[in-house]
Amino acid sequence: MRNIASLVFSVGLAFLLLVIAAQLGFGHTPMVVGTDILAGAAQDVGAANIVTAIVFGYRGFDTLGEISILFAAATAAGLVLGHRRAGAADDPRGGLILGAGAELLFPMLVLVGIYIVIHGHLTPGGGFQGGVVLAAAFFVAVIAEPSKRVNHAAIQVIEGLAGAAYIVIGIWALVEDGSFLKPMLDHGVMGQLLSAGTMPLLSSAVGIKVGSELAGLLAHISESEAGEP
Amino acid sequence: MIPFSLETILYTCAIGMVVIGVFGLVLSNHLLRMVLALSVAEAGGNLLVVLAGYRGGAIAPIIGYAAPGTLMVDPVPQALVLTSIVIGVGVEALAVAILIRVYRAYGSLDLRLLVERMQGDMAKAAGIPRTTSTHAPAGERPLPPIPVGARHQPDAVGHLAPEVQS
Repeated sequence: MRNIASLVFSVGLAFLLLVIAAQLGFGHTPMVVGTDILAGAAQDVGAANIVTAIVFGYRGFDTLGEISILFAAATAAGLVLGHRRAGAADDPRGGLILGAGAELLFPMLVLVGIYIVIHGHLTPGGGFQGGVVLAAAFFVAVIAEPSKRVNHAAIQVIEGLAGAAYIVIGIWALVEDGSFLKPMLDHGVMGQLLSAGTMPLLSSAVGIKVGSELAGLLAHISESEAGEP
Repeated sequence: MIPFSLETILYTCAIGMVVIGVFGLVLSNHLLRMVLALSVAEAGGNLLVVLAGYRGGAIAPIIGYAAPGTLMVDPVPQALVLTSIVIGVGVEALAVAILIRVYRAYGSLDLRLLVERMQGDMAKAAGIPRTTSTHAPAGERPLPPIPVGARHQPDAVGHLAPEVQS
């Protein structure tokens, strides 16, 4: 009975979504905003990657809300999981292949993560994507050697400083130019590493914040006591 | 007749992922599978939003890779999906954290087993026999069969013995 009901519900949902999709003209976006942004982003923000220009420029305030949500999720996960007991058993070690792989991968992942973060305004990427790669670099090491302890206090300090930097840049723009998180500084030559004003700074702040936040979150989950319920 | 085109394939895939996710969410009895189904549905939703910005023959919205004036896809849905993916990661991590807590407390993530054990715990805490809990059907109807994996003998107050860990 329950299976039939959920089947009917799913088929109905599929039908509803297909009808909505059929109403949309594929390939002819009805939105004006995107066209306007594509036309004006080069003058407004000066970033070659328009997606990053939207995330940190046009929708910078929403990005602030987004990193707050991520912060709330990380804090809540830490609260839910709680502290380890003193004598709790660790997960088994990851083995030779994972251990050697983690040591090999760590510098490369950190390098790629930093590259993606600081080139966010030029190439596909940005603070969020690079931050996740940075978090993965630290998390692989934790999986390979579960008895290693992550310094959660240091992670929280780094994360708080990065989040504060994002807000300080926003308030600086508010004081200088009258609107919060407005892109500041000289746009420079488009395509150069030091261009697009405050965009690389915001991207780096978000990258460090997301990276430390996710690394702390994943370390919390992997450190939680498995085994005897 | 629906035309068999790129549009149809892409939209069908995206909607299919949403439907598969919802179907798994409703049907599965295991909490971890429900989280996985949720992430499948979320991926389908993200795909739908990105598809809304599609333009035929357009390039990625990055200036400098093609001659000025080349048609670009709509960047707004991509920025929205970027937000949505990051929030999805946060939500899933929180869900997994709660699942770890649930497993630590009840020793299982199977919903039927969980309901049994929670009922037993509640009855024990209230000091009443299990049969008076509101979960038992009223009147003459028989109790629903206990799933195969959950056949434990309840003790005097209806508290189930913990599952034997292999």
